[in-house]
Amino acid sequence: MSLKLSLHTKPDVPLEADVICPDKLNGVNETAIAALTVFHGNDQTALGDFFTVKGQCDGEIQLEGDLANVKHLGSEMTIGKMIIEGDVGQHLGACMSGGEIVVEGNAHDWVAPEMTGGKITIKGNAGHLIGSAYRGSPIGMQGGEIIIHGDVKNETGNTMRGGLIAIGGNTGDFTGVNMLAGTIIVLGEMGIRNGASMKRGTIISMHHAPMIPTFSYVCTYNPTYLRMYLSYIRKLGMEVSDEQINGNYKRWIGDAIELNKGEILLYANE
Amino acid sequence: MLIKLSGGTVYDPVHGINGEKRDIYLQDGYITRKPASSIKIDKTYDLNGKIIMAGAIDIHTHIGGGKVNIARMMLPEDHRADLVSKTKLTRSGCGHAAPSTLTAGYRYAEMGYTACFEPAMLPSNARQAHMEMADTPMVDKGAYAMLGSDDFFLRMLTAKKDREAISDYVGWIINATQAIAIKVVNPGGINAFKFNQRKLDLDEQNEHYGVSPREIIKSLARAVRELGVPHPLHLHGCNLGVPGNMHTTLDTIRAVEGMPLHLTHVQFHSYGTEGDRKFSSGAAEIAEAVNSNPNISIDVGQVLFGQTVTASGDTMRQYAGHWHAHPKKWVIMDIECDAGCGVVPFKYRDKNFVNALQWAIGLELFLLINDPWRIFLTTDHPNGAPFTSYPHLIRLLMDRSFRNDMLATINKGAAAASILSSIDREYTLYEIATMTRAAPARSLGLKNRGHLGGGAIADITVYNNIKNKEKMFEKPLYVFKNGEEIVKNGKIVKVVTGGTHTLRPDYDKSIEKSLKKYFDRYMTVKLGNFKIDDDEIVEHGNGNIIVQPCT
Repeated sequence: MSLKLSLHTKPDVPLEADVICPDKLNGVNETAIAALTVFHGNDQTALGDFFTVKGQCDGEIQLEGDLANVKHLGSEMTIGKMIIEGDVGQHLGACMSGGEIVVEGNAHDWVAPEMTGGKITIKGNAGHLIGSAYRGSPIGMQGGEIIIHGDVKNETGNTMRGGLIAIGGNTGDFTGVNMLAGTIIVLGEMGIRNGASMKRGTIISMHHAPMIPTFSYVCTYNPTYLRMYLSYIRKLGMEVSDEQINGNYKRWIGDAIELNKGEILLYANE
Repeated sequence: MLIKLSGGTVYDPVHGINGEKRDIYLQDGYITRKPASSIKIDKTYDLNGKIIMAGAIDIHTHIGGGKVNIARMMLPEDHRADLVSKTKLTRSGCGHAAPSTLTAGYRYAEMGYTACFEPAMLPSNARQAHMEMADTPMVDKGAYAMLGSDDFFLRMLTAKKDREAISDYVGWIINATQAIAIKVVNPGGINAFKFNQRKLDLDEQNEHYGVSPREIIKSLARAVRELGVPHPLHLHGCNLGVPGNMHTTLDTIRAVEGMPLHLTHVQFHSYGTEGDRKFSSGAAEIAEAVNSNPNISIDVGQVLFGQTVTASGDTMRQYAGHWHAHPKKWVIMDIECDAGCGVVPFKYRDKNFVNALQWAIGLELFLLINDPWRIFLTTDHPNGAPFTSYPHLIRLLMDRSFRNDMLATINKGAAAASILSSIDREYTLYEIATMTRAAPARSLGLKNRGHLGGGAIADITVYNNIKNKEKMFEKPLYVFKNGEEIVKNGKIVKVVTGGTHTLRPDYDKSIEKSLKKYFDRYMTVKLGNFKIDDDEIVEHGNGNIIVQPCT
């Protein structure tokens, strides 16, 4: 039987609940879980003050309610699965290295910063700085997958060095800024200044996007590896057409002020 | 309330008290003479066998201002690795090399310090520096305004303005930025860096202004003396970290022609070019020059091994050092084109020849300079090491066998190149009390601090007398701030806010006329907004303004 946590009291200020994570809750009984420490603003309180706890965690946690103000869910997770029925707050799956998180609603900013493995699926929209480095850190997301079906805001994949970010909708500005390696696929439109100061890595979009002057056009071609990526995300339920899988892409390289080894691929048959 | 500290062993170099058993009486935040026997004593601390000194004063520690904040922003790993939880009394914080403001204040107090001075406050950034210092509890603060690479001053030098005009400008800056002294960093060099010069020796000219560091140092040292600023010009000289810079340092000592001068983090300026690696110690020559020139005072800027971050106004030398950044990230920036700052994280390694020799050079300086009234204990926090390593440094100075044990663990080549093993000197408690209390207070002109005589502010530290001096100095038994017990057994028992030491030298107010024109033309702020009111500092939580007298 899986563990079910239902939010009964909505927090007025952000609730820091990094204890909600399969690693920390596996095999723990209901009363002990309800007594675990969470921070409501700067007040130390018990998990039970906000959540009704039911069942026992056997690797899976289900969360219900409006969790838009609940932060750090699944922080540093390594195993198991978390299913979140509603919206979720900032820092979801921060630094996670394994396991899976599924969000049925929307997510806030900072989804899976500095993630090294595992998978996050968000059915709705998400905020800024998906799979990014924390401010000041030299490396962001290093592995794993972040699949977001809706739109996201600015700085998606800031300083990312590995893994896959797939966005079903549009992204804001600075997609893949400072990127070191890895792949970002955007099925919708991107904002401005994409790939600014990227060293390596690939950003793919199905629409035309404004390019900064330090990127140069190389060729139009049909990369084989992209078919595998696109077929894979189609299997995950994203809307990718046969034309896009088989079509041609304009290849731009940059950022020339850095290594100039990054690439942005824009679907050419739009 | 009358408090008696009974029977402690007192070290008070100002009054020549060297380990004598004395009673000390505190009343209303001050130390008082022995009261008449009819007066009731409210509280007595039995301090038999304990060691009593005035509260320690750190003359050079980067605890506020733009560069420290950049270091904080740049180093999330430094914060994650060192988290401090809140307690009933104290608030949470983090950071080892660049601690958050609150944590810095708590840690200083828990080490027995009652005053700290931020040495590099850019005038354009003074408001931020004062706000950060206001956020640093427990200790008194003060800051040195940084001049020497600012456009207005360099224009004055180029135009050969008379010395009164320069003094007026310096006086105006001290008043406007609520500073207590003047610092100059790589004189003219920070500015020359922006005109693509990558080095600037003492007699080289800043190509744009046609001014040499020698002229800048002389004119500022003169202005500081003429204004009656108690602390001499606080100089971070040319060629920081460059092998062979000991000659620049010796030339600089000669350049001031007997005027008072404070050479800061001199360890970084005492390098020779001998040996296979063209890097050697110049400590002996520097120490000799300091010993024979009573107008010179120094602080060492000792290097201690481990991870830290270097934060300096010296963009030229920080840029040169960025190749050695660890972790690999760095920032060079500028404010209002009036100087700048560079932040480069750095790890000093005991097995690295250069780092190990830097460690040895610092200790050689400490041990070869005779007069503890003119040498101050600093690590140039956080540049050489975080201030939390002071107790370790004190043990290195006071315990020769411990020092030799440490010497045996460092890079063999560096140990062999250093004369450290042949130095027998061990600092006494009296000398430590001088260099960490009495001397900094005298140098900064803090009249009623740094000693335990009647009328002094009751900033007092009481230590357990332990043989291991590191243990002794890292955990004082009691710390009193303004007569209140704030630390017991190395833990905070009461949170207080310190004050801000400032100076109000007289100057000719008509300088504001030309300054106003300059501000309107070139600056992004108006002259009126540039100046910092007393209210602003007090409003942001700092206890009070303490105006120190000019000489």
